[in-house]
Amino acid sequence: MPSTAFHAPDTVEDAVALLSADPTARPLGGGTDLIVQMRSGRLSPGAVVDLKRIEGMSGVRRDDEGFVIGAATPCTALKADAALVAAWPGVVEAANLIGSVQVRNRATMAGNLCNASPAADSVPALVAAGAVCVVAGPSGLREVPVEAVPVAPGKTSLASGEFVAEIRLPAKPAGGGDAYLRSTPRTEMDIAVVGAGVSLVLDGEGTCTSARIALGAVGPTVVLVEEAGAALVGTKLDDDALAAMSKAVQAASNPIDDKRGTVSYRKAMAGVLARRAVLIAASRAGAKA
Amino acid sequence: MNAPETMKQFRPKGFRHVGTRPVRPDGVDKVTGKALYSPDFKAPGMLWGAILRSPHPHARIISIDTKKAEALVGVKAVATGRDLPTLESLVMHVGEGASDIVDVSHNCLALDKVLYEGHAVVAVAATSPEIAREALGLITVEYEELPFVLGVEEALAEGAPVLHDNVFTKGVEPKPEKPSNAAMRVEMGGGDVEGALASAAATVTERYTLEPVHQGYIEPHACVASWNGDGQAQIWTSSQGHFAVRSLTASVLAMPQSDIRVTPLEIGGGFGGKTTIYLEPVAMVLSRKSGRPVRLAMTREEVFRATGPAPGAVIDVRIGADAEGTLVAAEVEFLYHSGAYTANDAGAGVSSAIGHYRIANTRVVGTEVLCNRPAAKAYRAPGAPQVNFAVESAIDELAGKLGIDPLELRLKNAAAEGDPQTSGLPWGRIGWVECLEAARAHPHWSAPLGPNQGRGIAGGYWGNYGGPSTVNVSVAEDGTITVATGSPDIGGSRASMAIMAAEVLDVPYEQVRSVVADTASIGVSMVTGGSRTTFATGMATVQAAEDVKSILCQRAARMWGVSDDQVEWRSGAVVCLEGEKQGQSMTAAAIAGRSFHSGGPIAAVAALSAKGWLPGFGVHICDTEVDPETGHVKIVRYTAIQDVGTAIHPDYVEGQMQGGAAQGIGWALNEAYIYGKNGKLDNAGFLDYRMPVASDLPMIDTVMVEVPNPAHPYGVKGVGEVPIVPPLAAVANAIHGAIGQRLRDLPMVPDRVYAALHPEG
Amino acid sequence: MSKIHVSTTVNGDATEYLCEPTSSLLDVLRDTMGLTGSKEGCGSGDCGACTVVLDGEMVCSCLVLAAEAEGRTVATIEGVAEGSVLHPVQQKFLEHAALQCGFCTPGFIVAAKALLDRNPNPTETEVRYWLAGNLCRCTGYDKIVRAVLDAAAELRQERTPA
Repeated sequence: MPSTAFHAPDTVEDAVALLSADPTARPLGGGTDLIVQMRSGRLSPGAVVDLKRIEGMSGVRRDDEGFVIGAATPCTALKADAALVAAWPGVVEAANLIGSVQVRNRATMAGNLCNASPAADSVPALVAAGAVCVVAGPSGLREVPVEAVPVAPGKTSLASGEFVAEIRLPAKPAGGGDAYLRSTPRTEMDIAVVGAGVSLVLDGEGTCTSARIALGAVGPTVVLVEEAGAALVGTKLDDDALAAMSKAVQAASNPIDDKRGTVSYRKAMAGVLARRAVLIAASRAGAKA
Repeated sequence: MNAPETMKQFRPKGFRHVGTRPVRPDGVDKVTGKALYSPDFKAPGMLWGAILRSPHPHARIISIDTKKAEALVGVKAVATGRDLPTLESLVMHVGEGASDIVDVSHNCLALDKVLYEGHAVVAVAATSPEIAREALGLITVEYEELPFVLGVEEALAEGAPVLHDNVFTKGVEPKPEKPSNAAMRVEMGGGDVEGALASAAATVTERYTLEPVHQGYIEPHACVASWNGDGQAQIWTSSQGHFAVRSLTASVLAMPQSDIRVTPLEIGGGFGGKTTIYLEPVAMVLSRKSGRPVRLAMTREEVFRATGPAPGAVIDVRIGADAEGTLVAAEVEFLYHSGAYTANDAGAGVSSAIGHYRIANTRVVGTEVLCNRPAAKAYRAPGAPQVNFAVESAIDELAGKLGIDPLELRLKNAAAEGDPQTSGLPWGRIGWVECLEAARAHPHWSAPLGPNQGRGIAGGYWGNYGGPSTVNVSVAEDGTITVATGSPDIGGSRASMAIMAAEVLDVPYEQVRSVVADTASIGVSMVTGGSRTTFATGMATVQAAEDVKSILCQRAARMWGVSDDQVEWRSGAVVCLEGEKQGQSMTAAAIAGRSFHSGGPIAAVAALSAKGWLPGFGVHICDTEVDPETGHVKIVRYTAIQDVGTAIHPDYVEGQMQGGAAQGIGWALNEAYIYGKNGKLDNAGFLDYRMPVASDLPMIDTVMVEVPNPAHPYGVKGVGEVPIVPPLAAVANAIHGAIGQRLRDLPMVPDRVYAALHPEG
Repeated sequence: MSKIHVSTTVNGDATEYLCEPTSSLLDVLRDTMGLTGSKEGCGSGDCGACTVVLDGEMVCSCLVLAAEAEGRTVATIEGVAEGSVLHPVQQKFLEHAALQCGFCTPGFIVAAKALLDRNPNPTETEVRYWLAGNLCRCTGYDKIVRAVLDAAAELRQERTPA
């Protein structure tokens, strides 16, 4: 049995060096996916590189463009940042649907993203919000849109030695609102059968000027449905617009039958949840417009 | 001494302890983390075991090569099915239901064939868990894969792979010529079902299905075994019955039972699933080979893949009533998943189907069907919830057709004392009608419903049991009392035993301490299962305490120099009624303090096989709210009503009712074994085997109806099994109330409810 | 495999241990330190029986590597009572018969205490959602939720000057 080394570097550079040295090495954020996969034998990394001792890797901070969320920031810590909650309540809520309180005290959005499950709760909300990852690697830092990170179930576009160091969210746009809803059989402790993240902007008249809608668990990766957003732009989110949006969502859904849900149910729920999420996002946009 | 089998009859009186709610004696250990459960126990020099399991649902074992594993540094022993003795078929009635010891042995370690994914094939013991796991990776097992079958109807179809070539359907005369997967068939009933259905004013003919579900105890199976060269052994394990562990393990290993001492550790839930053995003989063999104690412990995944679920079922019901709502005929035919070996649920299923109604013409047929799933095991009211779901759903459908209130239809036809059961034997003093009346009177039944809400009701029962228990009540030198039983305490039975002994002796509850003794320290006791412990072990406790009371009286009389009939036990002490010492009293402390000079230590053993148990009946009312757009079902209100005989410790009676209801709700809504097309279990973990979490449930209100059992000194009836029986149909009936659609297939997950709401797709 | 040396604080005591790089904190608590009050019900973070408080936040100790605990503080069920004096949550679990088999109980008590430490007046719904990561198969949660609400009431009374 190959042994696994454990490292807890202090700097991004050291972490990159450790990850580059062994292509099977894995970064450790909250560990709520990684440790489960190691225990079940699905994964035997040559090294585990704990990111939590690196300065700046935990916590939320503001910069000129918006919010910077360290890769090792646990989901529950997002709720403690009042400005983030006010700006992106949908993202914070999505991250705080993952697992249980115990899990969310460890689990991170970066880990949720890099686990590359199509059902990851925080990802549709991040994609809808237009979030960007800062990826650290052997050639320095690069920025990648969140939706470009997962490429297939369990697979990311990150190269050897790279890891997500930060997730950046823009400042809240004037008249903006976001929301995330998911369908699960249980109220908690469950994996999304379908998830829908919405971010939109309303002008002073209540007309939608932009909208991004992303879906989870209806394809091999989280999908950004541009047609669904487009169906809302220029409307006042009337019934016809919502119906067109739901139709676009369903058309973009290409789910599978599995232990968590059927194709027909997932397609139907994608439409229902997206519509409900749009209405919540709109009420948030309106309330703060 | 052996107590007489007929006990003193129930005597209603003002109880001092029975019906109070004291803190359980083992409580502090359990809230501080000190209590030792199976996975917590360590023996000096202990090795760590691990088990290699079959990746195939059905395969012949061609060869097993363990050489590389044995050569790994730190590996001390390797065992396969060849290390277990060859046994003659013998059906043993231990645990809950009967098991052929050959099947038990082959389930512990497969011999020639593996019968389900997860079937144990090779075991190793090593100096660390990591080495033991590494060793498993070095073992090569060559399999010849065989066709497999998972469904009960498929397993009975012509050409289906037959699991065992020596199983000829039991219960069929003459014995079938060919072996088949129909392991057992049970039939009961009488009268003219066809004629009565033909003339009925309304009939319901429907099929209902359920998937296998797991007992879901949070403590995985684990044990430590130490088997010495002289043949003597110790096993430390949690179980629902350490005597069952002893007898099954000794039988599998063909050794004398008295050579094994089983020490019961605290048990982290069982619900019927810990009435058998999986690990103990394997740990024993590894220990014998290595000369060291060996721990075997399952992971959660192993628990799901390799330990008994409750059977799933396909159930056909035909039931009819006349225009006034009198049930005239019922026919129930069901197939239960038996899994890899012959299980025991069909008989209980037949007895639990329609016996709660007075119906002149009945036919109930149950068949156990072998298939390539883990061997089905007892789960709370084994055999009853499945068939009850079908019957109590059909009764609701019939009420709808007749336009009669579903509670009134049940009450009109409810069986009472003296009415015949399905077997023809008369019911004893049952409280079914009282439960229905309590439901009708309960505010829940008439409370208004909100939008998208519906209300369902269902009733059910289970036979309960009595049987063998041994209890030793002893008096310490200071007069305090120890009650030692052979019954594992799963949910507060130490407290109930202490209450009953304190009641008999009329002493403070805290003066009585109750413990669970090992197999060498107390006589044989049947498992804690079948809702028998408070009844049967309680009866033995009362008997032994009565005997201790008699001894104390005799000793006092001797010390006073009076005859036995000149003294009496009053308020926890012996009082002299006549002579010079008239009016004097002597406490247990005073008597026991001088016991060494007045006849020796004071103790009494009651070893009895308790008779006179009565079945339990329950009625559950459930309100659901269904999201019409998503099919999500929320349980918004729930009331469980049950005839409990007499509640010895009402908190733990309510706890049984609430816990059983929650399990039943889980079974109704979300729980199911989900298999892939490859015959492998797809949801072997708590994430995708969705048991209810706290936020899924409301408070579960309880109503304890007390219709005392005349055969028990304190009126006890078993309470643990019944509460899982009614919830399945209660929830289904409530969903029907909310959406006007009938779901006949469990679990009623959101996509199924959605499909019922949107048949167009 | 070379073992890792870890210095940490468990229930207020400075502690050192050697662990495998892949060992969980739960493995070390149970097998190395003999603190078997934290239970392993699943090993995958789905049952909460192994709940401990790590640097002030409750976590599943089966999902923490033992090596991660270097320099941190860990609080387990064994440290909830003060000597022989039970914490109100423990006392209320006993009084309300909020346990049957007791296997999930340590995890529930650690989680419930963590809730009441930050929210002295939770609603029933808040209690249910906070405890949703702790599975109990015996009780149906009813008496657990009542015990936690009652413990909260008692703690509020204790904290209010007379």
